[in-house]
Amino acid sequence: MNDIHTYQKIASQVRRDILRMVTGAGSGHPGGSMSSADILTALYFKELNVAPESWNRAGTGHDMFFLSIGHVSPLFYSVLARRGFFPVSELGTFRVYGSRLQGHPSIEAGLPGVHQASGSLGQGLSVAIGAALSKRLAGDKSRVFVLIGDGESQEGQIWEAAAAAVHHKVDNLIAMTDWNHQQIDGTTEEVQSLGDLTLKWNAFGWECIVANGHDFNSIFEAFGRADSLLGGGRPVMILFETEMGHGVDFMAGTCEWHGKSPSKEQCERGLAQLEETLGDY
Amino acid sequence: MKKYINTGNKDTRSGFGAGLSHLGAINPKVVALCADLTGSVKMDAFAKAHPERFFQCGIAEANMMGMAAGLAIGGYIPFAGTFANFAAGRVYDQIRQVVCYSETNVKIAASHAGITLGEDGATHQILEDIGLMRMLPNMVVINPCDYNQTKAATIAAAAWQGPVYLRFGRPGVPNFTPEDQVLEIGKALHLNEGSDVTVIATGHLVWEAIQAAEILATEGISVDLIDIHTIKPLDGETVISSAVKTGRVVCAEEHLMAGGLGEAVAGLLAREHPVPMRFVAVNDRFGQSGKPAQLLSAYGLDAAHIVAAVKEITGA
Repeated sequence: MNDIHTYQKIASQVRRDILRMVTGAGSGHPGGSMSSADILTALYFKELNVAPESWNRAGTGHDMFFLSIGHVSPLFYSVLARRGFFPVSELGTFRVYGSRLQGHPSIEAGLPGVHQASGSLGQGLSVAIGAALSKRLAGDKSRVFVLIGDGESQEGQIWEAAAAAVHHKVDNLIAMTDWNHQQIDGTTEEVQSLGDLTLKWNAFGWECIVANGHDFNSIFEAFGRADSLLGGGRPVMILFETEMGHGVDFMAGTCEWHGKSPSKEQCERGLAQLEETLGDY
Repeated sequence: MKKYINTGNKDTRSGFGAGLSHLGAINPKVVALCADLTGSVKMDAFAKAHPERFFQCGIAEANMMGMAAGLAIGGYIPFAGTFANFAAGRVYDQIRQVVCYSETNVKIAASHAGITLGEDGATHQILEDIGLMRMLPNMVVINPCDYNQTKAATIAAAAWQGPVYLRFGRPGVPNFTPEDQVLEIGKALHLNEGSDVTVIATGHLVWEAIQAAEILATEGISVDLIDIHTIKPLDGETVISSAVKTGRVVCAEEHLMAGGLGEAVAGLLAREHPVPMRFVAVNDRFGQSGKPAQLLSAYGLDAAHIVAAVKEITGA
């Protein structure tokens, strides 16, 4: 395992980007971006076999990542920029008229690293299954990853896709759930309880791994185990236990910051808790 | 009036099936998905010939559209097939986000469209799909008129880069366009040169319009007759030049008046060359069970109603 501290430092910068982007735009979704930040940092800076210079939308010859929860775009954009898919300075155009960094990821806007538009929930897992099947047809041994949300898992299409992936033995797919237990109107338990997601995914026939989505050791261990299960005839789900708003004290563990931008003062308070490691954009 | 020969009734969905089988044999990138209606949508021959390229999706249309988009991103040309009601209305947001807005090369094969689906009744007789689909940016909408044209449209759809909504039907209808024709998307067919009135028809109503034009010819009314298989992009040049020539336009379609071919033509002519128009279409109501021919008559869509609309607009 590489030096965990390296990834913690990247994630700290990514969280600073998220805060500054959302504050700068005056809108956006910091809560879920913070809860998924360590997962996507680990994915893009170690696990995902993709280089910005050879990235192509068809995913030919490299791993693909699909973001189903399009509202965590600040996180997605920060990680892509910090990984070299486009200039970090462009993060300052988030949600601005004419920007490639649309409120939710877009194909039309032409941002490198984006395979598919997302924003309307419940759809990314299905698309990832199709992409994984295209790799199987083409004999391309690279993998497909997709990140969904726990609130998003209230959508019926997620469970249509869950059944389809097992039926078609899609075993080059690693799905991940950001299980932060929060959504717009409250906790997932209050809004519409999800029950035990582990039992559900297992019952659908998936390989299911539970990990701590804020502990890089746990995240990398889960990736390693998921990879070892590929090719076994079943799709893999990693349920990452996370905390919404993780990393900023006043945002943590509440749905209040799902889709709200901080004031300038609040942003400063948050930034004071996050080390600037790679230089702000 | 130019003579058209019915070489025998055939269903347009079988034209789609023939086109898909042809594509399967010549293009390894063509794949197919179906939501538990493989026989009805005539995808069974493709599924049998290319099991590795056929994906049964079960009764889960939303997921099917997503899977089709993913296959398209990966470089394949997916045809996703089901009844038009489930291929358009049920999955509108999926088509909007993962097909049209994401510019994925998905072909939606929408069978059993319109009221001629017949006995199953209104839950399955979608009359809104042309409107729903033509509103979406990046979407091409094709509604071919017979077996041969549907086969040609299927082949043309695969060659087109981008989303296509291909609409066809259940019942056997006269097959009269040339076998092995090449269909040019966005190019209407001039079926008859006439001078008194323009009749623009699509889908199953093209044959009704031919019959109407024959009746009208015997009464001395000359019909400029256009088969407009592609509703979007609309062949503006053909529509406008005909309207300029005749000064009156009747549109005929197995669809609601709202959102369909008639409104597309009216919108174009209102901007470019306004002329009086009449609309042979269903007016703000749902269908019901019955035989296809009986329903076409009861809902005002058959040759007799096209004749009546022409007489009304020409004052004959």
